[in-house]
Amino acid sequence: MFEEIGTNTEGDLIINVGPQHPATHGVLHLVLTLNGETIKKVEPHLGYIHRSIEKMCESLTYRQFIYVTSRMDYLSAHINNHACAISVEKGMQLEVPERAQVIRVIMDELTRIASHELWWGAMAMDIGAFTPFFHAFREREKINEIMEETCGARLTMNYYVPGGLMADLHPDFQKKVKEFIILFKKKIDEYDELVTGNIIFINRMKGVGLLSKEDAVSFGVTGPAGRGSGVSNDIRKLYPYAVYDKVQFEEILETGCDSLARYMVRIREMKQSILIIEQLIDNIPEGDFQAKTKAVLKLPKGEFYTRVETARGELGVYIVSEGGTTPYRIKFRSPGFSNLSALDKMARGSKLGDLVAMMGTLDLVIPDIDR
Amino acid sequence: MNNEELKTKITELLPSAIFDETGEWLNINVEPGDWLSFAGKLRNEESLFFDYLFCLTCIDWKTHLTMVYHLSSTKFRHNIVVKSTLDSNKPEIETVSHIWQTANFHEREVYEMFGVNFLNHPDLRLLILPDGWEGKNPMLKNFEDPINMIKL
Repeated sequence: MFEEIGTNTEGDLIINVGPQHPATHGVLHLVLTLNGETIKKVEPHLGYIHRSIEKMCESLTYRQFIYVTSRMDYLSAHINNHACAISVEKGMQLEVPERAQVIRVIMDELTRIASHELWWGAMAMDIGAFTPFFHAFREREKINEIMEETCGARLTMNYYVPGGLMADLHPDFQKKVKEFIILFKKKIDEYDELVTGNIIFINRMKGVGLLSKEDAVSFGVTGPAGRGSGVSNDIRKLYPYAVYDKVQFEEILETGCDSLARYMVRIREMKQSILIIEQLIDNIPEGDFQAKTKAVLKLPKGEFYTRVETARGELGVYIVSEGGTTPYRIKFRSPGFSNLSALDKMARGSKLGDLVAMMGTLDLVIPDIDR
Repeated sequence: MNNEELKTKITELLPSAIFDETGEWLNINVEPGDWLSFAGKLRNEESLFFDYLFCLTCIDWKTHLTMVYHLSSTKFRHNIVVKSTLDSNKPEIETVSHIWQTANFHEREVYEMFGVNFLNHPDLRLLILPDGWEGKNPMLKNFEDPINMIKL
């Protein structure tokens, strides 16, 4: 790659951003073509942490492969696991107990808040504000503690199994979550005071990284990034899974199409997640947390596609089964991969300094892109 | 539109389409040669309006390869799956990256992982594999790597 770096025949400067760059949050490598400070082209080079998860899954059983997916989008580990669990349950026509369904939704929403908090802190740090990072991590720590108690892990939880959950909730779970809700409701207003209303921040974000509605659909940009362009694409609303059809919440849409709109979607989405948790936390039904399953899982011959909404967008799990104990082919349609493909379109014609604001609001997680 | 209406409409557009309704969504098998014009019709036909390609992938069946396109409409919310069988010895199909821009990256991934040649693709280069990669395409079933692959 390095021989490309320098000046091309038109006199444009070609530079590397990454693979080791603090603003890429991982090993993402972008090759930029610059005319002065104006971006002419952004070319992502991927694969620095490609682990070939799809190939690996072909030799893992339906119980085992779920754990690998926690390592894809590590900030949405629960939600990735959820998608895989649903695929297997769909194939085996397993009935998941109501208790497990409700706990899954609570966990998913806690994950979404934790992920958005990390994004909020890191993005603010990217564009020059250091304080929000500590604020965000202070609250995120509370969620991590809740997860640790129940799941035994803080990042790659591996809590979902086909048919339900691996273990029941910790006795303190409800109490701790309620405490967190009270705390977080205060803090989210603090976030707005600290960053959202800040004039310097707004000037950095407004009109930066424009992505029209048509382009967002065409590039397959999903999640908060797509909703910032006014595309209604929340899988939780469109194709409800678990108990999402039984809770009240709003699909957040913004029509600004710029970085500020994408920022606002995530901030408002955190409040909706709290709303969902509030509705469910006192109504966790009693009963089994896991359906009775056979020791060896076999999916019938056929194809099973599951769509879920992770913190970054639409995750698709496509399993092709030949009737055995391992998938014949598995494809993860990761949200980050498609979202990244729109970066070139967004960045062309804007200034180099704005690139970080665009990448920040796309919320890229590199293992999710590379898989 | 429901599956029956979709079938009627699609038969009008492409009489040679073969349907399969065993899965969750309507499956349509097309010849690789018909794919480009059919894709354009799926995207632009007012009553179908498949504007969102949410998954593009390939399956290696050892004897042949199958391209799989999952399409959705953000207006009507109907979904279909289009499949096309390719010859393993010379896998090639027309690109659809000018119809759905997300196909650009997804096709590059399939190109390096399965060796499918996308005709008229604007930028068909390696995306994930390192520069100068030589040898077989890693996602093919007959790929062997004695060093990095651990058999369980």
